[in-house]
Amino acid sequence: MEFVLNEEQLMMKKLVADFAKREIAPTAQEHDQNASFPAEILKQMAGLDLLGIPIPEEYGGVDADFLTYVVAIEEISKASASLGVILAVHTSVGTFPILYFGTEEQKQKYIPKLAKGEMIGAFALTESGAGSDAAKISTAAKLEGNNYILNGSKIFITNAGQADVYIVMAVTNKGLGTKGISSFIVEKNTPGLKIGIPEKKLGLHASSTCQVFFEEAVVPKENLLGKEGQGFEIAMSLLDGGRIGIGAQAVGIAQAALEAALEYTKQREQFGNSIVSFQAVQFMLADMATQIDAARLLVYQAADRKEKGLEHSKHASMAKMYASDVAMKVTVDAVQLLGGYGYMQEYPVERYMRDAKATQIYEGTNQIQRWVIARHLLK
Amino acid sequence: MEFRLTEEQEMLRNMVRDFAINEVEPEAAERDEKERFDRGIFNAMAELGLTGIPFPEEYGGVGAEYISYAIAVEELSRVCASTGVTLSAHVSLCSWPIYNYGTQEQKEKFLVPLAAGKKIGAFGLTEPSAGSDASATKTTAVLNGDQWILNGTKIFITNGGEAETYVITAMTDKSQGHRGISVFIVEKGTPGFSFGKKEAKMGIRASTTMELVFEDCRIPKENLLGKLGQGFKIALATLNGGRIGIGAQAVGIAQGALDAAIKYSKERVQFNQPIADFQAIQFMLADMATKIEAARLLVYRAAYLESYDLPFTKEAAMAKLFSSETAMEVTTKAVQIFGGYGYSREYPVERMMRDAKITEIYEGTSEVQRIVISSKLIK
Repeated sequence: MEFVLNEEQLMMKKLVADFAKREIAPTAQEHDQNASFPAEILKQMAGLDLLGIPIPEEYGGVDADFLTYVVAIEEISKASASLGVILAVHTSVGTFPILYFGTEEQKQKYIPKLAKGEMIGAFALTESGAGSDAAKISTAAKLEGNNYILNGSKIFITNAGQADVYIVMAVTNKGLGTKGISSFIVEKNTPGLKIGIPEKKLGLHASSTCQVFFEEAVVPKENLLGKEGQGFEIAMSLLDGGRIGIGAQAVGIAQAALEAALEYTKQREQFGNSIVSFQAVQFMLADMATQIDAARLLVYQAADRKEKGLEHSKHASMAKMYASDVAMKVTVDAVQLLGGYGYMQEYPVERYMRDAKATQIYEGTNQIQRWVIARHLLK
Repeated sequence: MEFRLTEEQEMLRNMVRDFAINEVEPEAAERDEKERFDRGIFNAMAELGLTGIPFPEEYGGVGAEYISYAIAVEELSRVCASTGVTLSAHVSLCSWPIYNYGTQEQKEKFLVPLAAGKKIGAFGLTEPSAGSDASATKTTAVLNGDQWILNGTKIFITNGGEAETYVITAMTDKSQGHRGISVFIVEKGTPGFSFGKKEAKMGIRASTTMELVFEDCRIPKENLLGKLGQGFKIALATLNGGRIGIGAQAVGIAQGALDAAIKYSKERVQFNQPIADFQAIQFMLADMATKIEAARLLVYRAAYLESYDLPFTKEAAMAKLFSSETAMEVTTKAVQIFGGYGYSREYPVERMMRDAKITEIYEGTSEVQRIVISSKLIK
């Protein structure tokens, strides 16, 4: 065992931390309040090669290991959880499926552009009637000549409206259940593809979340990803990596909240003392820091196992579930430590608390994670 | 980062696990019931090389990393927490300060037989009025010619009575406060050194906990450990490392309880199905396993940092705090999952719950750990 980051990981951490502090943090609160998508910052991130961190060099990426990518998500999320999820979705579920399951032609066509940030990726699985029970999707794809015709609608799609490429799950053979689901690469200007108005959310305001409609949408036959009927397998194979990314996002949010609370409690004076001199405050900070460290180790362990090709489904669920629960608890505590100021938008901790809530829900609710973990334990 | 154990560590885990299951577990309940310390188990651990894992071979040890030591304490504690703490106190609290602060002569005379397991070690710091606040030590040591004369009483001393070698703190210059504390090595059988009350305890009943009484106890001048007045520093450093051992003990207890709960919930049928089929049980098991995994990583990280001489005070406190609270929570849940059987001595989980409680108290209460952690955060 070795509990220190290697040189490449440390360099990435420093690079992203500096960038996030300089370029993301100053406007994060403003982007949140205006619910504005930080397209300019995303371009800068592309300039630093952050949109293709774990993608092989031959496809325009940095070819760093998965843990390096996870460290980048964590540091970005410290400044802006919205940008954290934009990056995580773009990479983990927008780019990876093409890398893992695409033909050489599909890879050449899409991955270099995604890795360089010339295209943004999104992933469309969830429907109004198919949330945790993803096998129940009803969006249909029917082969007609050289095209698949898609009909149906997807909800809660991160990066929708901003993305250039959507990985879409649709039913090609209703009688086959999960084996009748297929994946498609759908470009944004596909005829019949419509994007709904952005959802108003509790948090993650600077990330875009929309409905996606398919009305006789025409998708070229060669945009089938993998084989017909392989869609559910593709979706499931992405879950673990996606969960580790969200775990990293949660750790970043929690770390930001802890640092804000530390800074504030050292300065804030009440009863003639800085409030950090009170043991009640100290003990809250100690618990927050301990739980964040525990969460970070679970996330890094899952990332390391994924990178090395070791079984990591249970570890990814543990990491996502625990890190997101910690993010929620720590951000609530941070708001508490800042008192009335914590409730105000003048300070960032109210945003952290709102952002943290999503991490307990998306990429598999924490109830789904517990179910996955228990299944492994009871095997 | 590397989250896999080395081959050597894996081998050690398997060896200790076999030993624990075959030699330690069978009479664990009986030893608990009768408050019986079993020297035979300690001797068997000595034969396996477990009594000197982290010390160089030249001093009778194995020369392995602290992670290996943590693994050994964890695997023993999984079946018998008393055996775990016997080893932890022997290695971390007695052998370690002699290894780290002793002269060459002291190491040869005292450390070699301790590491080889020919003698058992103990550590005497706590007094009736000096618990978390070690600076309130009342035991005194006065130099008289070639001898130190010790007077005072130590309480709650693990391995007391059974140990041959004791590392004892005593005040050598009261006017200096905690800078007036020094450390001495006292051998069993020294005139003026006797044992007082043997404590009857809630848990870890197969480990001995005794009062040590010094009445004009004369020890050779050369049994001063470290420098005069260095005692407080030595005691704090010793407890730092000791927290890794107790963290490992807590992880072991918790894992033992989880293993038992998984096995029982698969067998126990209610409402015509194994209770493991109920989501309420599954989610409890998932939370238990996740926290144990996080606790284990915190303990191994602290052990790793100690092995490579990196700062680990905060990390050891986090490991001890999180593991012990996890052990308490997990064992309480295990008793709950067992229901009435869990409350009965027919099953081991009630013992595990009693044993878990001490890990939140000794080697620095959870409250002291939070003070240590927050003082590092605020710095």
